[in-house]
Amino acid sequence: MRGIGALPIWVYILASVIKSAVVLGVLLTAVAYTVWLERKVVGHMQNRWGPTRVGPFGLLQPAADGLKFLFKEDLTPPHVYKPLYIAAPLIAVIFALTSISMIPFGNSVTIAGYSIPLQITDVNTGLLIILGITSIGVYGVALAGWSSNNKYSLLGGLRASAQMVSYEISLGLSLVGVLIMAGSFSLRDIVNAQRGHFLGFIPHWYVLPQFIGFFCYLMAAYAETNRIPFDLPEAETELVAGYHTEYSAMKFAMFFMAEYANMITVACLATLLFFGGWNGPVFGPAILQAVLPVFWFAAKVFAFLFLYIWVRGTLPRFRYDQLMAFGWKFLLPLALVNLIGTAIAVAW
Amino acid sequence: MISIHLILFLAFGAVALAGAINLLAQTHPINSALSLIAVMAALAGEYLLLGAEFVAAVQVIVYAGAVMVLFVFVIMLLNAGVEEHTKGSHVAVLFGIPGTLLGSILVAWVVLRHSGTGAVAVGALPGPPKTIGPLLFHEFLLPFEITSILILVAIMGAVVLASKPPSSPPGGPKGVD
Repeated sequence: MRGIGALPIWVYILASVIKSAVVLGVLLTAVAYTVWLERKVVGHMQNRWGPTRVGPFGLLQPAADGLKFLFKEDLTPPHVYKPLYIAAPLIAVIFALTSISMIPFGNSVTIAGYSIPLQITDVNTGLLIILGITSIGVYGVALAGWSSNNKYSLLGGLRASAQMVSYEISLGLSLVGVLIMAGSFSLRDIVNAQRGHFLGFIPHWYVLPQFIGFFCYLMAAYAETNRIPFDLPEAETELVAGYHTEYSAMKFAMFFMAEYANMITVACLATLLFFGGWNGPVFGPAILQAVLPVFWFAAKVFAFLFLYIWVRGTLPRFRYDQLMAFGWKFLLPLALVNLIGTAIAVAW
Repeated sequence: MISIHLILFLAFGAVALAGAINLLAQTHPINSALSLIAVMAALAGEYLLLGAEFVAAVQVIVYAGAVMVLFVFVIMLLNAGVEEHTKGSHVAVLFGIPGTLLGSILVAWVVLRHSGTGAVAVGALPGPPKTIGPLLFHEFLLPFEITSILILVAIMGAVVLASKPPSSPPGGPKGVD
């Protein structure tokens, strides 16, 4: 494990516990306020206000929603297969929240003489582990659809799992271009490889040489997180509510949290792999220099979340056969072409 | 010598064993599929203990995250229900139980005879993708390419088996003109 060599074991454990608590708290708050942001932005795009009543600009709406979910009756219909019915939202939310542990937020900060990296763990196959965690997250959706014992849920669950498995391939292949250029699976190494500028002002971000890979990644990630234009598995007008039809109160809230946490993970990965992570102009006194990289990271993640919500408010959804054809017949060959082109360019 | 590696090895092995026994003992196929997923995850843990971190991650991505999803998909699509309970077979009990005991004694004897000479140390296998890549393209090139051809043949077979049968040639009486 990196970092444990230079730090005594009690410092390492204390730092890990504090980092886990802070990151989890920030992530859950970010999930709640991403819901607020979506309601506001989509509302304004549709020429209406969105939440305005609960607190200034509706900012306390997520708190009100959280209380509502806690107090709502948690109904378990009698016809469901109980063990998997209860396990499915747990699987979805646990794996959605776990992948944040691999994501670095900034350089190391020095506290009391110890240099602590701003990342919960820096595994040297970090990107591969995040892909593995998203692969396992498919089970939450599939088992929810099946255990609900309801034809709409089953169809939604089957469609969602087939879609997610299909687009995982394009997702993985679109990232291999970045891996070839960076030479490492560790997320921190990939961000560090994007330091520096061409001609003094164009940053060395991988989106510029890898724009095809970035496009493939964005499309595949939208399909993996079941967002418009790929959200047929949970479309209200098609399947009642898809795989979470029979869920109420806190279990439904867990599916919601899992979806938004996946969105945030995807946005974090996009900034780390294609947009230079926390690299940005750093100036000022030492305390500002420690905080500014995290600020740049947060700003870029916010831009990607806004892009997600913007696309949601703008595009209609794909029909299911169009969706699968797009994934297998267009995106996969494009990702392969990108891979071959990058390999030839790097080996030259 | 009790070290954390031995404890972890035994823990992952116990999970794999319990998953495999549960796979056989459960009557509903979805429970069996989920037990198999637990076995795959435990095997990924074992690979990690051997130091093969890339193989462990790929085991989770490919086996537990794609192959088993398709198993679960098929079980859900075909609405497979609880297995029907058939009467046991006396012949199976008469020959099966002594046969299984004999087989396991044989395996245990062979393993114990060779223990200590080829035992793999913790962290012995090549781990990072940087070392596995050249291995795949230099020493193990032939098995790699043959495996990919095998997978291609399997895909073609699946496509042929799942395609529609060829329709009967157009014929029959034409309409009255």
